[in-house]
This record gives sequence, C-alpha cells and structure tokens, in this order.
Amino acid sequence: MFKKILIANRGEIAVRVIRACHEMEIAAVAVYSDVDRASLHVRKADEAYPIGAAAASESYLNIEKILDVAARSGAAAIHPGYGFLSENAKFARACADAGVKFIGPTAAAMDAMGSKTRARQAMERAGVPMVPGTSKGLESYEQAEQVAARIGYPVMLKAAAGGGGKGMRLVHSQAELKSALESARSEAERAFGDGEVYIEKAIVNPRHIEVQVLADEHGNTVYLGERECSLQRRHQKVVEEAPSAIVDADMRRRMGEAAVRVTQAAGYTNAGTVEFLVDQAKNFYFLEMNTRLQVEHPVTELVTGLDLVHLQIRIAAGERLPFTQEEVKIRGHAIECRIYAEDPDNNYFPSPGKVTLLLEPSGPGIRLDSGVYEGWTVPMDYDPLLAKLIGYGTDREQAIDQLLRALDEYFVGGIKANISLFRRILRDPDFRAAKLDTGFLDRMLKQRKTEARPDDNAAEVAAIAAGLFAMLGPAAASAGERASNGAESVKKDSSNWKAAARREAMQ
Amino acid sequence: MTYEVAIDGLTSTGVRNYRLELSRADGRWLCRLDGHEIEVDAVLARPGVLSLRIGNKAYEVRYERVAGEQYLWVGSARFTAEVRDPRSLRGRVRAVDDSGPRKLTAPMPGKVVRVLASQGAQVEAGAGVMVVEAMKMQNEIKSPKKGVIQRILAAEGTAVNAGDVLAIVE
Repeated sequence: MFKKILIANRGEIAVRVIRACHEMEIAAVAVYSDVDRASLHVRKADEAYPIGAAAASESYLNIEKILDVAARSGAAAIHPGYGFLSENAKFARACADAGVKFIGPTAAAMDAMGSKTRARQAMERAGVPMVPGTSKGLESYEQAEQVAARIGYPVMLKAAAGGGGKGMRLVHSQAELKSALESARSEAERAFGDGEVYIEKAIVNPRHIEVQVLADEHGNTVYLGERECSLQRRHQKVVEEAPSAIVDADMRRRMGEAAVRVTQAAGYTNAGTVEFLVDQAKNFYFLEMNTRLQVEHPVTELVTGLDLVHLQIRIAAGERLPFTQEEVKIRGHAIECRIYAEDPDNNYFPSPGKVTLLLEPSGPGIRLDSGVYEGWTVPMDYDPLLAKLIGYGTDREQAIDQLLRALDEYFVGGIKANISLFRRILRDPDFRAAKLDTGFLDRMLKQRKTEARPDDNAAEVAAIAAGLFAMLGPAAASAGERASNGAESVKKDSSNWKAAARREAMQ
Repeated sequence: MTYEVAIDGLTSTGVRNYRLELSRADGRWLCRLDGHEIEVDAVLARPGVLSLRIGNKAYEVRYERVAGEQYLWVGSARFTAEVRDPRSLRGRVRAVDDSGPRKLTAPMPGKVVRVLASQGAQVEAGAGVMVVEAMKMQNEIKSPKKGVIQRILAAEGTAVNAGDVLAIVE
C-alpha cells in the first residue's frame, strides 16, 4: 500500500480524499494556490505545498508543478479528484513517466474515452446501444444537413472534446442548423482547443441515468448500480439520487452489463461512470464515459455500503476487487444536493465572499461532504461548490424528508447559497412522484415561487431579535466580523463605558 | 432602550415599522412591541445565533450582515432589519456603529456602468452611488450612511471583483 498520496485538487473533494487517506493510515499531501492557503484541505492535510497563482493554469492545472511536489514530498501516488487534471491523459502519462501512480485509468483508456466520437466508435464495436447519429466529427455543413434529415429533428450538436454543456446546441429545425453548427464549433474551439463537433438525435425529455463501474488491474469489472441525474441546470447536475425510481432489477442488470462492456472495451481500470440517456419508453442509450470519480459518488457509496475512494486507492495499489458482482446489493435510497455559493434570487449568480456564520446539519441519515468553514473566504477563482448534502433513508420518501429537515438546520451566512432551491425541488409534487427528466428544473424555475410566505408573527420575532442584537452590540452579532477585523471593531467601539453598559444589559 | 425597527421581507405588505421597548430587570427581559407587552426569554447561543422563547414558543434567529444590510432569519424566512434609536443625537444607529468612513464594496464581480454621485457630494443613507452590472443585471450600490463621498475608486467601465472597494463615504 502507498505510504503517501498527493491530492491534486482543492475544495470538498480534496477533503474527501484526505479523509480516506487518513482512514487507511496514508499520509496526505495537499497542494494549494495563492488564494487557497487558508482552505480546508490545507488544514486537514499532513503536508501542504504552494503551487502558484490563483488561475488554475498556474496551479491546479500545472502538471510540472504538481509532479515537482510529488517528487519533493516523496508521494507514491496522485489522486486527481474530479475536474482539473482528473481526465487529462497527458497528466496520467506524465505521472507514469515520473514513476508516480495515477489513481485512475491509464492514459490509453482515457484517450479512448476522452474523445466522444472515438468513444462512440468503440461502443459501436462493443454492441452498446447508442443514440442515432455520427460517430465521427462533421466534415461540412452539407453533411450535417444530410445526417439531420436522416435521423430527424430535433438534433443535438456536441463537441467531441466536450463536457459541461460547452459546444453543445439543440437544433429544432434545418433553419437553425447552420448558425448552431458555427457557434458550437467556435465555442468548442475556445473551450477545448478542438472544434470537432458531431451530431446526435435529440431525445425529447430524456432522463440522465449513469452507472458506476469499478475495474481492477486483473481483469475484474463490476457495476455498482445507477444514479439518477436528471435534475440539471445549464447541463450541470443539481440533485442526484440512487437508485433511480424507474430502474427495476432487470433494467439495472441490463444497463450494468452494458456499462461493463463499455468499460472492458476501453481497457479501463479504476472507478468510472458510464452515462446513459433514457427515453420515455425506458430505452437506454450510451452517452459517454466519465473517466474519474464523480461529484455525486456518495449516493452510490450509501446505497452499496462501499467506500469508492478506498477502493480506488486499493485498485491503484494493485489489489484485486474484494467482492464479486453477486455480492453487490442496493439497499435504501440516497439523494444528494449540491450546495453552491450562488444567489437563488439573482439568477443563480456566483456569490463568493466570507462565510460569517455557518451552521451545519447532522443527525440520522445525513452526510455532509463540505469544503468550507466559518470565517473562510470563498475565492471567486474556482467552481462555487461549497458542499454536498446527502440524505440516506430506508426509501426515497424518507430520504427527502431527512433532507428537508437538514436544510432547515443548514445556514450559510455572509454569502448567498442555493439552499432555498432544494426546499423548492424537494417539495415539488412532480419531484416527489419521481417524474423527472432533464427539462424538469428549467420548467420548475419558470413557475412562480410557491414557498410559504413569511407571516406577521415571524416578522415580529425578527423585530424583537433585531432590537436584542442592537443592544448586545457587534460581538454578539457576528463572530466572523470580530475575529477578522478585531482592530476595527475596537476602534468603532471606542467608548468602554458603552460596552460595559451593554454587557450589564445582558446579565 | 426604545427602538424603531423597520422590517422588510413580508411579500404582502412591504416594510413594516415597529416600536420596540427593551429593558432588563431581575434577570428578565421586559419587552413591549407596539405597546403590547410580550414575554421574551433570550439566550445568545453563539455569536450570530439567538435562541428566543416568546411565551412558550421557541425560535432560533440567525443574524447576517452582507454589504451594509443586516438580515435576520427566522426559520427559512429572511428579513431585512433597520434599527433606529430615536433618542440618539445622530438619529440612526444600526447594529454596527455608523461613525467614521464606510466603504462601498462590489457585492459581486461585474462592471461599473454608471457613477451616480461625484466626489465631495452629499448623500443620504440609501442613496445610489453607482451601478454595477453583472450578467446583464444592474445592481445599484447604495450609500450605507448619510455623509460626503470622500472618494470614488472605480470609474465607469471598470471591471470589478466582489469585495472591491468602489467608494468611501465619510
């Protein structure tokens, strides 16, 4: 087993991996950019090394600097987390060249899956069901027109190197095709340095369901059930759950076996995710493979009772999978809410800044994977994911009720967080009935808010509390303010007798 | 103490003003809200969190201060609160003292599209000083206090980050 692992990431996922390292008695090495010195992952690590400026290209995406830290610290392996370098074959190759184990698939498997068009070709050969379309980049507008006419509108244009919705266009008719193709190409070129775009039939109101796979380096591959990820905004997942309400044992087996074929066709090892689109008749089509640990991996961990990060590390260390497919059992129901620093009242605009008050939920069925602490300033330079709140219950209804209760306990002060969004989703009748598809969230957000209006009684309570806080003074109002700007608050409160009078008032 | 408390956040009625009398005797709070006596038992659980018993009903109220505004959360409902002390010579006090220069900061990354007040100008509390646009949305940055614009630190067209100081009001 490795003695020391470097985590080439930040935020909640870096904390998640550090925790796994400590559980396995492995020393954890953190890297951090200039704006992340005070970040939680640095506090939790055994060693921490600065790797440069805030811009990811100067730090978390800088292969040379990260490998230099691996050499200096003597780390035997690197866990890339998700995002940043996690799906970068060049990085995986550089790790291999430097004699450091990359905890993930081989560079060759990433290459096979990294390009969506090449992945489609491999899947065609492996007999995996796919959405009708091209498995090669479009050569011309004329070709796009022909293919679209053959498979029928609406069609979806997608960047071969894509992800996160970049370079993706839904085209309803031939009239829109030309401009959509041009903008998809230029967006893909800008985002990925690769303007290759292909075409697929657009499945109307699909569900997005993915299958978790694990493969060791001795030829054993298993699937760990599915995750329902249909709740998305701008192609970013917002709520994920396991299992999916529409997947029964037979469908789970068929999807799982297809996912295993995909995995084996790519010569894939370690943890991966095979994404499928599911139409209204429950036909499933291969979408793409994500060659990393997913943000939403905890829901699978909860319903299978397995620790995916532990298993990733064991597989990378050369161990065999410690269980067979038959031993994998799905039990209970788990739902994850992605808590972002964004303003639900201002079009979900990112809201970085200082966390002045943080009250975190706990109790039965609640797991919180967080990367923040009170008094910390959320930098504006990275993804605004603060934490993942996961509920795990006997069934879906119980998990929803646990989450609603936990959301009431959860408070993030000083910055805006999207907590109220999850109250709306979890109370929505269609969500509760599991009537989900990828258009669900956009439709829900177009409706007027139906959240219970605060009543006069609550306003009176607020008025009384406001007066009490005014009497008690600034120290009672905010720990964060006092801790960081101590000098300022002393200056503001220059009259000592006034402070003394306040203290007396409270006794 | 007697306060005038303006509470905003009630969707139906807009701002509501309360007259709040608070005093302490024999280890108890005496509270009158708009003349009605209310039985209040308050414990500061930790900075920013007040455990209140009003009669026998229990509430946890959370305090938050963002960009010069103070918010009180009762359950999942958020209220903006402005507390004035009518006896005060300055006429208004917020929970945090208003004396000395105050910075106006950008609440979000964006671009300054208009500067509404010039250096040296007199401004009332709540008067717009500049407009910051982010993702096609315009946000008026308001003066947190009555005073004189000491400095304007961001010109029209400047890109700003969240927290950047835009102006100082003395």
